[in-house]
Amino acid sequence: MITIRSLHKSFGSLQVLQGIDYEIKEKEVICIIGPSGSGKSTFLRCINLLEEITRGEIFIDGIQVNDPKTDINEIRKEVGMVFQQFNLFPHMRVIDNITMAPIKIRKMGKTDADTLARQLLKKVGLADKADAYPEQLSGGQKQRVAIARALAMKPKVMLFDEPTSALDPEMVKEVLDVMKQLALEGMTMVVVTHEMGFAKEVGDRVAFMDNGLLVEEGTPDELFNQPKNERTKAFFSKVLV
Amino acid sequence: MDILDFRFDAIWNYRELFIRGLWITLGLTVVGYAGGLILGLFVGLGKLSKKKWVYYPAKYYVDFFRGTPLLVQLLLIHTALIPSIFGHSLGFFVSGAVALMLNSAAYNAEIIRAGINSIEKGQMEAARSLGMPYKTAMRLIILPQALRRMIPPFGNELIALMKDSSLVSMIAGSELLYAGKVVAGATLRPWEPYLTVAVLYLLLTFIFGKLISYVEKRFSNSYVPSPRKQRLSVGRTEAGG
Repeated sequence: MITIRSLHKSFGSLQVLQGIDYEIKEKEVICIIGPSGSGKSTFLRCINLLEEITRGEIFIDGIQVNDPKTDINEIRKEVGMVFQQFNLFPHMRVIDNITMAPIKIRKMGKTDADTLARQLLKKVGLADKADAYPEQLSGGQKQRVAIARALAMKPKVMLFDEPTSALDPEMVKEVLDVMKQLALEGMTMVVVTHEMGFAKEVGDRVAFMDNGLLVEEGTPDELFNQPKNERTKAFFSKVLV
Repeated sequence: MDILDFRFDAIWNYRELFIRGLWITLGLTVVGYAGGLILGLFVGLGKLSKKKWVYYPAKYYVDFFRGTPLLVQLLLIHTALIPSIFGHSLGFFVSGAVALMLNSAAYNAEIIRAGINSIEKGQMEAARSLGMPYKTAMRLIILPQALRRMIPPFGNELIALMKDSSLVSMIAGSELLYAGKVVAGATLRPWEPYLTVAVLYLLLTFIFGKLISYVEKRFSNSYVPSPRKQRLSVGRTEAGG
């Protein structure tokens, strides 16, 4: 579904991604782990072109994302994204946060969008918050609304950029539970995370990145229990798994 | 001593001059400010443009009008620009209003540019990640938030412009300060007329100040509309969402 070939990204003279090849299949949950500054987030943000790609190719469903002829807005409709800092629109109620893109971009009818948004809110456990404003929500609630907002576009794949890193510890679980549910329903997901437990339990495959390279990847069992690469081993020796 | 011997009855005979001056000051302020807001929006958006042929004219405009004294601009417009276009003067009001408008547009442009830049990058990214084109995201997501942040500096600009309108007295515009000058000359008493002028300016700033703080209260605190919530969120930093 997503094919990445020789992906390079540099900010000025700083090389953040130094050639990544990867293949993500439909319904797979890929967790990307690795130390800070290893390029995980940049890698994720290249997939929907929030970062311009310096060199290499990314294909989603056979369409080259970084081809100048590709309408990137059409690609992004199919690729949902959830951010570390939630990025809800503070001037809109929760329900309007969710319905805005379907109405304005997908040209969905207002009542249909409203029904869809309420279904999604129920799914993330926030049916009673439709009329609240983002500032009235806790971090965990905000992130669940952000997930609902992305899902409202009915994307084929969801990208998660450290979705629980900005949360208080007691709110991490409520967000991970929603993501787990999504994975069980067969959503294709790419998750950059520091939650090793989640990667182990929910990930179909786990990829370890270091220094702008995809060092090692495999099933959670392969990676966590029998890492082959020295850098992967060194990383696991420092983090709690 | 002269100072203790105030004779405001001398002023009373000239009351119509002061009242006329007050109205003209008000007129210059309103016309100059309204024009400055509209022109400033275009110049401000120009300064945000990535297109060089849009950016540079906007930048040079701001550099010129912020970098030279308003009095110089006023004299250039009144004695050089307008006569060379129309063949004759169009009167002090047109020259004054145009100068105030062009000058305040430069400051407003900076307020608008800074206001838009102050919105977290994540807001634009979240909108774009939903498939929204840049212009739509600007209109629906960025500008509604940025406008709120522009209210306090726009308020300062209103008061500054009102006081700057006193420079129009230099081209014999019969605004408030000019009235004071005329009366001071006629009565040979400097204290009473200039103090009267000062008090009338204070009255205007007081009224504008009330107006500004009403608008600020109405829009600047919280997005949550209920009055109770609005009180609670005063003094609290805006939540990260």
